[in-house]
Amino acid sequence: MGPRSFRVSVALALQVLLAMPALAVGPAQLEPSGVNISDTAALQRGARLFVNYCLSCHSADYMRYNRLAEDLDLGEELVMDNLVFRDAKIGETMSIAMDPEDADAWFGKAPPDLSLVGRARGPDWLYAFLRSFYQDDAGGWNNTVLPNAAMPHVMWPLQGIARPVYATHRVGEREVQVIEKLELASPGSMTPEEYDGAVRDLATFLVYLSEPAQLKRKSIGIWVLLFLAVLVLLTYLLKAEYWRDVH
Amino acid sequence: MGKPASTLAKHADALLNWVDERLPVLEFWDAHLAKYYAPKNFNFWYYMGSLALLVLVIQIVTGIFLTMHYKPSAAEAFASVEYIMRDVPWGWLIRYMHSTGASFFFILVYLHMFRSLLYGSHRKPRELLWIFGMLIYLLLMAEAFFGYVLPWGQMSYWGAQVIINLFGAIPKIGEPLTEWIRGDYFISDATLNRFFALHVVAVPIALLGLVVLHIAALHQTGSNNPDGIEIKQNKDEQGVPRDGIPFHPYYTVKDIFGAAMFLLLFAFVIFFWPDAGGLFLEHDNFAPADPLVTPEHIKPVWYFTPFYAILKAVPDKLMGVILMGCSVVVLFFLPWLDRSPVKSIRYKGAWYKILVFAFAIAFIRLGMLGMAEGTPAQTWEMRVWTFVYFAFFVLLFFLSKGGKTKPVPDRVRH
Repeated sequence: MGPRSFRVSVALALQVLLAMPALAVGPAQLEPSGVNISDTAALQRGARLFVNYCLSCHSADYMRYNRLAEDLDLGEELVMDNLVFRDAKIGETMSIAMDPEDADAWFGKAPPDLSLVGRARGPDWLYAFLRSFYQDDAGGWNNTVLPNAAMPHVMWPLQGIARPVYATHRVGEREVQVIEKLELASPGSMTPEEYDGAVRDLATFLVYLSEPAQLKRKSIGIWVLLFLAVLVLLTYLLKAEYWRDVH
Repeated sequence: MGKPASTLAKHADALLNWVDERLPVLEFWDAHLAKYYAPKNFNFWYYMGSLALLVLVIQIVTGIFLTMHYKPSAAEAFASVEYIMRDVPWGWLIRYMHSTGASFFFILVYLHMFRSLLYGSHRKPRELLWIFGMLIYLLLMAEAFFGYVLPWGQMSYWGAQVIINLFGAIPKIGEPLTEWIRGDYFISDATLNRFFALHVVAVPIALLGLVVLHIAALHQTGSNNPDGIEIKQNKDEQGVPRDGIPFHPYYTVKDIFGAAMFLLLFAFVIFFWPDAGGLFLEHDNFAPADPLVTPEHIKPVWYFTPFYAILKAVPDKLMGVILMGCSVVVLFFLPWLDRSPVKSIRYKGAWYKILVFAFAIAFIRLGMLGMAEGTPAQTWEMRVWTFVYFAFFVLLFFLSKGGKTKPVPDRVRH
């Protein structure tokens, strides 16, 4: 098989694979969150939301405050004054005082550590989840992205209170009530656009939190790729020189 | 050795002679590099072997550094991996090199094996070379499986659960066997500890030994080439194959160029796409192992999914396990299943091109289906491709004997 027939068969194989029915990719497509990890201002706003609304129940046990100070251009003093609410030193992790057993008793399920939620769930899921809380008819909190979530809507003072609008679907003989959309019943301190922006900031922070090294990873990677590109060129010239007498 | 040009070179020469009188360094150098003749017409496919060796070295070196910080205990494993990712200087790079290296190892090994199918590199006289290669592949799967359990995430835990339970399908001894593997009634700290021992000590030692045997067997017969011609059958007056060139410097410089190309791609993934969209590092594995919460969709890592799809294609668990085992074992017999007088695909008829093409598509498609949720339609598709997978070996056996071939030239082409 010469190079040409090889190329032809690769092209053919790709066509066959692409022509096959696409595989289902899990649940319904989520709206893109628009998270941009290199937006330092968004990270700073997200960090503020995180310590104010998440950190008293959820922990971030693998994240250190001084890392936050360095990566988010905040400085240690600013972090100690604005982001550390408990008696912690700057080198400590973002742990919480709540006992997991108490938390089990209070919430039915201890709130999970959020250090890695950005990688486990992804930015689009977080963005959708935090915008999908509603108050059901009994007055309890529920969520359309994660039905019957144990978590109440902590940020309701910002978003306001949403209520579900039902639509009736026929499934065979039965009629099923399905939530068609959520409608803001009473407004919060933010407009819907502002709230979306705040959730985007928080999702940005959670994605950062799940892998702080990613801020440096890409900027180092460019230099590594440049070096390797030069190496490829030099090693190619070396090879070509040695192989000149092979016919 | 040329004439020493300076006192320093003279001393270096003296040292080399001193060592060579006590250890056959120069003899080894000549036998395996400077006077080891390889066919001059190696193409793209012939980079995979040296690259797999490079990745093996990368895995061992990064593995040693990971072992310095990793804690093989159910209580600490997950946190220690995050410690490596966050607090160990350059720990994230070492970890990504290791996790990306695992996937690239399989990519290279699959391409390396496919090369054999194309050019008949497993055919006589290289059957033993192929068998050592297959044993390396089996050990590599074991190594990857044990390694995947170590981060102790949800997929580590539940993936191990699924794979260990496969042994439970064996009648009578199944249940006690799974207990013996786990070292406990369920997957626990004991399981993690023994998998760590196997991953960092036992399997790597066996792997290295087999790699030495693989290369020793290769250098005994000499390399095959894209034309499937035995270059040793056409030697000049000095006994040097006319179509051969010394491995060093020709293939050392060529493989260095190949390594640079490979590292460019490797570095791109490490620095810009380390989880490969959930293929190399699965999303669910960023949640710590929880024996009480079963993930919605348990699947093995991509390099196991073709075989996992064959398992899932069969409704009966025991039969599925047997068929999956057969799908790997049958590869050992490839040198004897192909009975064509011609080795390379270049001189075989269209029948072989169609067979290899269908086999490759079946393997890739099974791999894709093995990751999917498993709808009834997908299950039926898995059955079709499982059939194609096995039909390849049966048809190969029957078609290769009298299948059409073209005349093979005396000397290699480019």
